[in-house]
Amino acid sequence: MDAIVLQILNGLDKGGAYALIALGLTLIFGTLGVVNFAHGALFMLGAFCAVAFNHLIGLEQVVVDPTKTTAWGTPLETRVPYIEAWLGDTGTAMLNYSVPLSILLAIPVMLLVGYVMERGLIRHFYKRPHAEQILVTFGLAIVLQEIIKSYFGANPIPQAAPDMVRGAMDLGVLMGFDPGTVVYPQWRIVYLFFSLSVIGAVFAFLQFTTFGMVVRAGMADRETVGFLGINIERRFTLVFAMAAVVAGLAGVMYTPILPPDYHMGMDFLVLSFVVVVVGGMGSLPGAVSAGFLLGILQSFASMNEVKTILPGIDQIIIYLVAVIILLVRPRGLMGRKGVMET
Amino acid sequence: MMTKFSPGSDLLMFVLFTAAILTMPIWLAPIGAGYPDLLQKFAIFGLFALGFNILFGLTGYLSFGHAAFLGIGSYAAVWSFKLLGMNPLPALLFSVVFSSLFAVAIGYVSLRRSGIYFSILTLAFAQMSYNLAYSVLTPITNGETGLRVLQSDPRLFDGASAASGPLISNLFGIEMTGYPGFYFCAALLIIGFYISQRIFRSPFGMMLRAVKSNQNRMSYTGLNTRPYTLAAFVISGIFSGVAGSLLAVTDPLAGAERMQWTASGEVVLMTILGGAGTLLGPILGAGLIKYFENIFSAYNEQTLHAIFSFLPDFMEGPVVSIASLFVGEGWHLTLGLLFMVIVIFLPGGIMEGFNRIGKLFRRRPSQPTKRAGHSHSAASAHAAE
Repeated sequence: MDAIVLQILNGLDKGGAYALIALGLTLIFGTLGVVNFAHGALFMLGAFCAVAFNHLIGLEQVVVDPTKTTAWGTPLETRVPYIEAWLGDTGTAMLNYSVPLSILLAIPVMLLVGYVMERGLIRHFYKRPHAEQILVTFGLAIVLQEIIKSYFGANPIPQAAPDMVRGAMDLGVLMGFDPGTVVYPQWRIVYLFFSLSVIGAVFAFLQFTTFGMVVRAGMADRETVGFLGINIERRFTLVFAMAAVVAGLAGVMYTPILPPDYHMGMDFLVLSFVVVVVGGMGSLPGAVSAGFLLGILQSFASMNEVKTILPGIDQIIIYLVAVIILLVRPRGLMGRKGVMET
Repeated sequence: MMTKFSPGSDLLMFVLFTAAILTMPIWLAPIGAGYPDLLQKFAIFGLFALGFNILFGLTGYLSFGHAAFLGIGSYAAVWSFKLLGMNPLPALLFSVVFSSLFAVAIGYVSLRRSGIYFSILTLAFAQMSYNLAYSVLTPITNGETGLRVLQSDPRLFDGASAASGPLISNLFGIEMTGYPGFYFCAALLIIGFYISQRIFRSPFGMMLRAVKSNQNRMSYTGLNTRPYTLAAFVISGIFSGVAGSLLAVTDPLAGAERMQWTASGEVVLMTILGGAGTLLGPILGAGLIKYFENIFSAYNEQTLHAIFSFLPDFMEGPVVSIASLFVGEGWHLTLGLLFMVIVIFLPGGIMEGFNRIGKLFRRRPSQPTKRAGHSHSAASAHAAE
């Protein structure tokens, strides 16, 4: 029992990342009808927003103290980050909380990136075949990740979670198991709640605002909305930017779990696409539930007990599920009837 | 593109193509590509793209998992070396058998869906093969290290005679490295080109084009398109398998990274760059990408300084630092940009570009240039198909 709970928890945080990326992907597909292969690159850009923010607030001033010398006989240099020098304890706290704080940087950056991408490139591909959309966004993904690589290098750059949530937590005790059986890193719990609240925010935005209502109407029947005199394209631009922000936030908060490197986006992209397809193209609840479902399935498949029965299952489970779903239920788990069923 | 092609012009094109491929060592030498390793790559990846084009160019089904067949072909070839000896012919046979088996299985399942779902399905199968080759199938694939031929392998036909030296594939005594290796690959490329040309001109090829233009209409006329698409899928899988086995013939080593989806993306890129659906385009695209990969990734800061040394000093610095983003390690950036530019402005690839230039000349009204324009357009139409 405790092992099962642990595996479910393990799957949830990965599932959270899948769900966030897939949410943006399916939002873009449902509204714009564009298959965006650069979405993984947006996730990666978000992660590197965290890295950049960390570099930025970690800038140090070097004070040379000529009266003291080091062991090598050179004058002693003390390095203090500017932010600590200026703000004192607040600065120290900001350094500690650099990952959550970099959300403040990521939101405007990703909004801008999303806006520019949609205006500059994607909008010219609305009417083109899906194959060309895939190809051009694939090219864009390569370009984005190579730019990141040339600035930040090819090696993963680990980011630390804030001290308060850096340790592990014995969740088993809370649930009535023996102590030490369900030990879980605290940051992953934070990530899970973070992803749930972002998903909730996106759904609330689409459900309870006029803007969201128009977007949903546009997803259902774009032409009629256009006939009613609403400039749907402009709203869709914002939807794209929003999807970019969601992917970026998913990336920012994932950095303490997985040190970001330039090709992390591609790794996540393939899986997120599978998630979207399993959930049903253009279905938001489908993407979210399929994200968590596949995350949990993957962590169950990597249990040793399962691996001894079916060796290698942990490597292929997600793809296997996708193949089966696509063949027995053409529109995915929660896809709308008649949308992309062929 | 819609011009009728007589058997005569096809034959001429085939002869010209053969001549061009066989003389590659001569006419590519001035641009620094006339050495066997690179020429082998041209031929092998040309064959790979040619095979991919039979599926994507004719039927419009975009497979994102073709690298799986490349990998399977390589593994099959290396196993043939290990079991039967270093002769490339059984290796080719092995890879044809195995890649066609896999292609039938994967194609049968994937072709039940079309459009983006087909892409996802093929991608899923390729990723499964890749992940399995890395992990559980290690006894067969040798995992991360890659599969290689060892002195202790049985090698039924030449195992006894083996001396100590490195194990190199040889065709009845001719070692498959350097120029002999290139000519072996080139021969297969030429055979592949001939097959592909025949498919393009056949009723079967016509059927595949009809699938691309409107599959629903085909189904409404009461025709089951799946056998045709499956046949195309298997043929292109076999081409890829043979290309994979050639990779192993020229260098007897097979690794799982050949199956990764970035490798599948690369062949898509080659085909698009050259022109999907044209006969020569994919080979041209493969050659260009391999050539620039080779040239660009060899550049570094020093060579750039040498190139831009004619500029005044204050300009040279910035120009070099900008250019160095795009060469060497940054070669993939160039590739990505090139790819985007091609898809955005020239979806038909380089071949479409030639065609457009040809049309420009054809429209020129004045009398004296007409003849010149004519021959030009005829040549470009040749190039297009």
